Amino acid sequence: MEAGAPIGASPPSAAIVTSGLTKRFRGGQVAVDALDLTVPRGSVFGFLGPNGSGKTTTIRMLLGLVAPTEGECSLLGLSRAEALPRVGALVEGPAFYPYLSGEANLRRFDAADPTAPAGTARQRIGQALDRVGLSAAAGKRYRNYSLGMRQRLAIAAALLGPRELLILDEPTNGLDPQGTREVRALVKEIAAAGTTVFVSSHLLAEVEQMCTHAAIMRTGQLVAQGTMASLSGGRATRVRIDTPDAAEAARVLTGLGLADVRVGDDVSATLEGHAPEKVNAALVGEGVAVRGFAVVRPSLEDVFVGLTGEGFDVDG
Amino acid sequence: MSTAESTEARTRRTPGLVPVAETLSSAERRPAEPVPPLPPARRPWAFWRLLGSELELTFKRPRNLAMLAVVACVPVIVGITLWIVAGDEAMGGLVADVAGNSLMLTFASFSFLVLLLMPITVSVVAGDSIAGEAGAGTLRYLLAAPAGRTRLLAVKYLNAVVYGYAVTAVVALSALVTGLILFPAGPMTLLSGSTVSMAEGLTRILISVGYVGAGMAALAAVAMALSVFTEVPIGAIAGTMVLVIVCQVLRAIPQLSALEPYLLPSRFTSFDAVLRSPIDTGALMSGLVTFGAYITLSLTIAWAHFSGKDITA
Repeated sequence: MEAGAPIGASPPSAAIVTSGLTKRFRGGQVAVDALDLTVPRGSVFGFLGPNGSGKTTTIRMLLGLVAPTEGECSLLGLSRAEALPRVGALVEGPAFYPYLSGEANLRRFDAADPTAPAGTARQRIGQALDRVGLSAAAGKRYRNYSLGMRQRLAIAAALLGPRELLILDEPTNGLDPQGTREVRALVKEIAAAGTTVFVSSHLLAEVEQMCTHAAIMRTGQLVAQGTMASLSGGRATRVRIDTPDAAEAARVLTGLGLADVRVGDDVSATLEGHAPEKVNAALVGEGVAVRGFAVVRPSLEDVFVGLTGEGFDVDG
Repeated sequence: MSTAESTEARTRRTPGLVPVAETLSSAERRPAEPVPPLPPARRPWAFWRLLGSELELTFKRPRNLAMLAVVACVPVIVGITLWIVAGDEAMGGLVADVAGNSLMLTFASFSFLVLLLMPITVSVVAGDSIAGEAGAGTLRYLLAAPAGRTRLLAVKYLNAVVYGYAVTAVVALSALVTGLILFPAGPMTLLSGSTVSMAEGLTRILISVGYVGAGMAALAAVAMALSVFTEVPIGAIAGTMVLVIVCQVLRAIPQLSALEPYLLPSRFTSFDAVLRSPIDTGALMSGLVTFGAYITLSLTIAWAHFSGKDITA
């Protein structure tokens, strides 16, 4: 590991480490600003941010397509030339040769990987096409593929070899709901097999459903990163009660030790570790007419709004 | 986040957030991962596999095949025209030379094609090489594969050289076949008046193919150098053609004759050195040196720019 010594004191279990990663484009625009990112191995890591927040530039720097102005990044603790054959990538949408078939396109990109054994190319390409459900269209020219098929072919290209890390930039772009579900299932399956998945998205709900970890970018800066639990953990789970006896309900909740009791259209409070069913029983026991009872877990959207005080897509 | 104070500041500003440092330690708490296996070795044939893929792409692409077909037609048209005209006994010069021997059509075809049509075909393939991949977005996937920038440039250049030689060989073969059908075979009379055997004539055709191909390789290097600066392939192609045409214009101005030996197209026509007796190796060698200089300079520029370029397409 001479040229590819991992930078700094990064833990060996990190799939991606960046330190002070900065990209200033000519003209002075700062696309990525002093990014310190750590993606643990084995995680499904959501890289969130509005369009134009520097996600794609970060991914391009990770893949060595764009040189950082300052700072460093390392993949799998290896030099880039050693790491890239173990990394599958989807960057800013699919790009293929329109006059070649799907299969011939994959053969082309497989040939570009100096570590890929030519002998098993046919078999690996077949498997990759099979995994994304494109076997039937393997011989069709890319020109005639639908947007969804193009996206799947790009994912197949990222799965050509045994990968330790998948970097997927907006993998569900252009897919219909069915295709989106399939991609989510595929990501889960890949992650279950031990591959780290780094997935960028501007869709909060998507990241919430797929990821174990997340980072949030905003105008080139990292706003937050951590496990999904830690990210939303700070905002406590609340109960919300629909009742005509609001004042009485609020009294009972306060008496039970629930905090941040608010009375509005309905009555809500943070659970503070109480079991919701006991809270409900106590309310009913005190004669409060409970019409509706809900446990509200904080969503990433709440976290994002809490962090920035703004809606998610405002920077788009 | 280096100091505890800034950690606190962030925690205050963003309640509930886990500071980055804590994320790191939570990562460390994970059970020890197995040591990753040694990086996969670079396969010995990887370079040739990529070159094979490149050649397959070039020689299966309808546009490139169409260009080969066009250059193959020109000697046939020239041959038939000369064959018709040759009935008129009064014609002399080139027509008489070509009509007198089946091998001469090859040299006549080269002199028709080497200044414009062949350079166009080569600059289309070489000018498209990097710019075409960048414009289509496939360049980012090739480099992420990872093809390696220097390796990709080398493969792309060799591919363009092979295409240049293919164009040259197609012209020569088409002219040879046409010539053999339309005109008498036998000993060939050279420009200097002496006569060589048909076998010797064929050898000289082979030498001229080697020379003209080298000239196309030099032009391909120029086109590649332009190709790395743009994401619009037509820009690199047109740029190369403009250079070729400007050179022709400069050559036509007598006051600028001092420049002529340094202009690439001036050297393309030196293949007629093989029609001297003995072969004018001096002219061929100085042409090859010029080609070598253009190749070295152009590829250095291409490499210097491409190896550090931000790929944002």
